[in-house]
Amino acid sequence: MSIYLDHAASTPLRPEAREAWLEATEVVGNASSIHANGQSARRVLEDARERLAAAVGCDPIEIVITSGGTEAVNLALKGLWQTRRSGTSDIVLPDGEHHASIDPVEWIARRDGVGIRSVPLTTSGAIDAAAFAAALPGAALATALVANNEVGTVNPVADLAQAAAAERVPLHLDAIAAFGHVPVSFAQLRGDARPGAGLLAMSVSAHKVGGPIGVGALVVARSARLDPLLHGGGQQRGLRSGTQDVAGAAAFAVAAELAVAELAEESERLSVMRDRLIAGVLATVAGAELLGDPIDRLPGNAHILFPDASGESLLFLLDMAGVSVSTGSACQAGVPEPSHVVTAMGRTEREAREVLRFTLGRSTTDADIDAALRVLPDAVERARAASGPRPDGRS
Amino acid sequence: MRVLAAMSGGVDSAVAAARAVDAGHEVVGVHLALSRAGGTLRTGSRGCCTIEDAMDARRAADRLGIPFYVWDFSERFRDEVIDDFIAEYRAGRTPNPCMRCNEKIKFAALLERAIELGFDAVCTGHYATLVETPGGRELHRASDAAKDQSYVLGVLDADQLAHCLFPLGSTPSKAVVRAEAEARGLTVAHKPDSHDICFIPDGDTKGWLAERVGVAEGPIVDRSGTQVGTHDGAHAYTVGQRRGLALGRPAPDGKPRFVLEIRPVTNTVVVGPKEALATAEIAGSRVSWAGRSPSVASFACDVQIRAHADPVPARAELVDGEVVVTPDLPLDGVATGQTAVLYEGTRVIGQFTIDRTRSAVPVEV
Repeated sequence: MSIYLDHAASTPLRPEAREAWLEATEVVGNASSIHANGQSARRVLEDARERLAAAVGCDPIEIVITSGGTEAVNLALKGLWQTRRSGTSDIVLPDGEHHASIDPVEWIARRDGVGIRSVPLTTSGAIDAAAFAAALPGAALATALVANNEVGTVNPVADLAQAAAAERVPLHLDAIAAFGHVPVSFAQLRGDARPGAGLLAMSVSAHKVGGPIGVGALVVARSARLDPLLHGGGQQRGLRSGTQDVAGAAAFAVAAELAVAELAEESERLSVMRDRLIAGVLATVAGAELLGDPIDRLPGNAHILFPDASGESLLFLLDMAGVSVSTGSACQAGVPEPSHVVTAMGRTEREAREVLRFTLGRSTTDADIDAALRVLPDAVERARAASGPRPDGRS
Repeated sequence: MRVLAAMSGGVDSAVAAARAVDAGHEVVGVHLALSRAGGTLRTGSRGCCTIEDAMDARRAADRLGIPFYVWDFSERFRDEVIDDFIAEYRAGRTPNPCMRCNEKIKFAALLERAIELGFDAVCTGHYATLVETPGGRELHRASDAAKDQSYVLGVLDADQLAHCLFPLGSTPSKAVVRAEAEARGLTVAHKPDSHDICFIPDGDTKGWLAERVGVAEGPIVDRSGTQVGTHDGAHAYTVGQRRGLALGRPAPDGKPRFVLEIRPVTNTVVVGPKEALATAEIAGSRVSWAGRSPSVASFACDVQIRAHADPVPARAELVDGEVVVTPDLPLDGVATGQTAVLYEGTRVIGQFTIDRTRSAVPVEV
């Protein structure tokens, strides 16, 4: 028995994406070559770019294919900073962002001696829109998650984008966890912001929507000024040099297109199962508590606090029972760290070690939920015993 | 049995896990993350907490076809081992952090969690043997005297021993373990042994302690209390040490002088002739028994005061909760804080932390 409830970490490759990838690898040539072979490859690539652009709501020229979400975020933040660094000041970084954003911003701050303006999360894990707006004036740039990848709370991104446009601050949105799961349109969010201000860049990743691992994209508004991370042949508007991954782009496009097409129906299906999982856990495990916003959350995300049970023990016990879940937080050498998102929601560090993230996806069935609910109460009981003091008092 | 194999990333624990698998146990590999500031890559023979060590352990588990997890014990390790190490040095004693780790982490925190999570035993790559007798399970020396690690396991009590597995105990030599690792295709077959204190990655214990204990100049005195020099931090000295004293003038008798005692309260180092290192009696009250407690209050035994010291015949007496040990021949260079392990032949009887010592040579006044 293997029950996979960690779709937010990576969701299985869609068969259609695999097909598209295999088909594209049959095409001989470099998409930048001038001959007929190159042109064939280029056609497949640009078809993919157009389909991807349609799925994320932007123009094809605004799509920069990357090696994944992390590269896209790095390109956005470092790239935007590099063109703004002279004469401008702080970077706006809300609490509870993904490390793909935190680490580049902290790196920039260290290197260039600039300040970081943090923005608190609400107790339900959302970025406080008013505090975000208040942090913007005079900032060099800002970044924000569309939806929190750990606790699943969907942020008021329309308000955030509007505030950035009003303050004329360049904004990057990390849509990696959200895209394909809740409606996201770059053009809509950008609205009528002035050139070079407001929402300028948005990151997405293929393997969160059934595409292959190792492919992502950064949407870069036409008016955005940013420097590349990679210098070389000048591909993709000079923003991302390197031979373009035609097959990866083709597979990503198919997966993205399908995810968006199925979004309404699939999010309904997932949220019904998710709510049944949450209700079942809360009914059978004493003290368990749903973290994150109960309504404005990713349809496949259930993030639950199990007081007095370490996430590390729970993860192990559930894995032994054939159920794959996550603590949701960053890992170093396989060690789960206390979640910085959970502490940013006003919880203790201890509580931040007592959470599990269940994420449902396309392959999840009612039977999976039943199986998880069957093994959870015993796992929590055991994990609680393992976390507590010994009966004989020896520590 | 369901066995949790503690895998450090070294060759011993990998082969121990392999033997547990061969014995038909259901084995799960666990690497203990003990340091949060661990380096990324291993350097020389030091450390067991790097990402590379965790990776080596993971690859060994892959090779054995067993599940593998990394469990974070860094907080417990900091509280129970590292802080204790610093506190002991502050108090002028010489602690053994590996024994402390066995006592508080591997066979306490880890073992407890393992039992609660449904395991029957914890398996490690220690060289020691377990012998079943009608009187219960006994801890004995390993077959290979050169590798014997029963000393550092001396802190285990009956309850802990009941949940241990030491598959390497009867191995004739380390070479056999390395050859077996090679035959099993384990990449760690030729990985160097770790020797140093794992949480001091560059091996500079003196410098590491100076940063944490603080450095304060103090007097070096002889046994009569006369100052014969100054030192730059008492923690840097170990009982029995001869080198590095930097005493300006020689002793009146012209003989070399050795560190006899550290007095942390007055930040004083006491020195004297080699003969004065001879210790006629050691005693301590932090006692544990490996298996059954002694049935009599006075018994003959062998006493060992360091991991690689020779055992010395002795008489042990239990007096008011304290163990008092009188060796047949005086012991050399005993420091408080050290652990004395008592043996009956190859069997570990128990251990205690040395709180006080009595010199064989009275102070000349």
